[in-house]
Amino acid sequence: MSLTPPRPGGPRPNVPVILDGEEVLAFDGETILDLARRLGSPIPTLCYLDGLSVHGGCRLCVVEVNGDNRLPLACATPVSSEMDIRTDTSSLRDHRRRVIELLFAEGNHICASCVSSGACELQDLAAENDVDHIHYALEFPRIDVDATHPKYVLDRERCVLCTRCVRVCDEVEGAHVWDIAQRGSQSTLVAELGKPWGDATSCTWCGKCVLVCPTGALSFKGRSTGEMRHDPDVIAFLARLRDEGEWIDREEPAP
Amino acid sequence: MPTADTETKGPGATSDHPSGDDRFELLDKAMRRGRYGQDQLIEVLHVAQEVFGYLSEDLLLYVARALRLPPSRVYGVATFYHLFTFDPPGDHSATVCTGTACFVKGANDVVDALAREHRVAPGSTTEDGRFTLKTARCLGSCGMAPVVVVDGEVRGHLHADAAIDEVAARLATTDDRDSEEAV
Repeated sequence: MSLTPPRPGGPRPNVPVILDGEEVLAFDGETILDLARRLGSPIPTLCYLDGLSVHGGCRLCVVEVNGDNRLPLACATPVSSEMDIRTDTSSLRDHRRRVIELLFAEGNHICASCVSSGACELQDLAAENDVDHIHYALEFPRIDVDATHPKYVLDRERCVLCTRCVRVCDEVEGAHVWDIAQRGSQSTLVAELGKPWGDATSCTWCGKCVLVCPTGALSFKGRSTGEMRHDPDVIAFLARLRDEGEWIDREEPAP
Repeated sequence: MPTADTETKGPGATSDHPSGDDRFELLDKAMRRGRYGQDQLIEVLHVAQEVFGYLSEDLLLYVARALRLPPSRVYGVATFYHLFTFDPPGDHSATVCTGTACFVKGANDVVDALAREHRVAPGSTTEDGRFTLKTARCLGSCGMAPVVVVDGEVRGHLHADAAIDEVAARLATTDDRDSEEAV
């Protein structure tokens, strides 16, 4: 679900909607998130990543439509005619703050000792949404660190279960090493049959899961506190090249 | 629960299946019936558990290969549902209903009594692999509360002492070796 740039001569936006009180035109089938981003209206996201399928798990991109109490996901809801969309109300801000607080309460997110501190999407979200303390009792789960892979480290304590790594491994790399096992608060990221990552024979060592991780859960081995830098945007680039058939040898004569 | 039919055939029984284990044939049949559809995964896992008693790692890999699914997906689905178990069940089992009616009639005492008697936590198997203690939410036989399913047989009005006797009797029937200990 990548952002569709308006092309000259292509379809023109023709769906009238109201975005934060302003009358705008959306493309047919465009999601609320794509529309808001195209018009420069920021909606916070966590699990969403350009170039991957929509997961709709983090619940940060919720918006209000027609003053309804139910909050649709901007990333998964296509616009329809005459929608009255609000992306930034006090109740939405409150909701997002709670979601972020719950994410912090659920894992062991200790920024001071984290490889991704300073370049962490969870940290940024907390700062942008004025999360200065956590109202919920911290769980302090005891979770193992998996450093069995020669190049990468998985620290499940910092995992927010956004499934970006699961999706990128399945949809872009085509290996599907990762998946989510168990359920509810027991949910955990697993490689193959719950094996140590280093023993996973289907892993190609490509490292795309590490690049897309929003927190310090996946990192390059040997990085110290605050040294890890991810690069999630590379996936949209790869997905675009793939969709355009960039790797197909055009010189080859047709059979 | 393994059926009586499959229990008699163990690994090593003569079979046409390359593994030499007849039980894989039943599993293959179920997958063929579903045309090896990937959306048949849960159905196939049910059959696998019914035939083998539990889902071993090899079994999960076998299903993953046959349905052309990534092992992590199969593992993820199997661990999501409480009905799937990954440890071999004991020779005998007791499932205590902990639904509302049974709870009122003292189901917790039954669970505690059986757990103490056989030194086993609810949901697990004794170290010698002879007895599995399980709990379940309402079995729908509230008029017979408290209900315990012993070796697949529903027994009603089974209070703590009676449940201990019942399980002891089961453990004694098919095992000569340590029947004295069990009783």
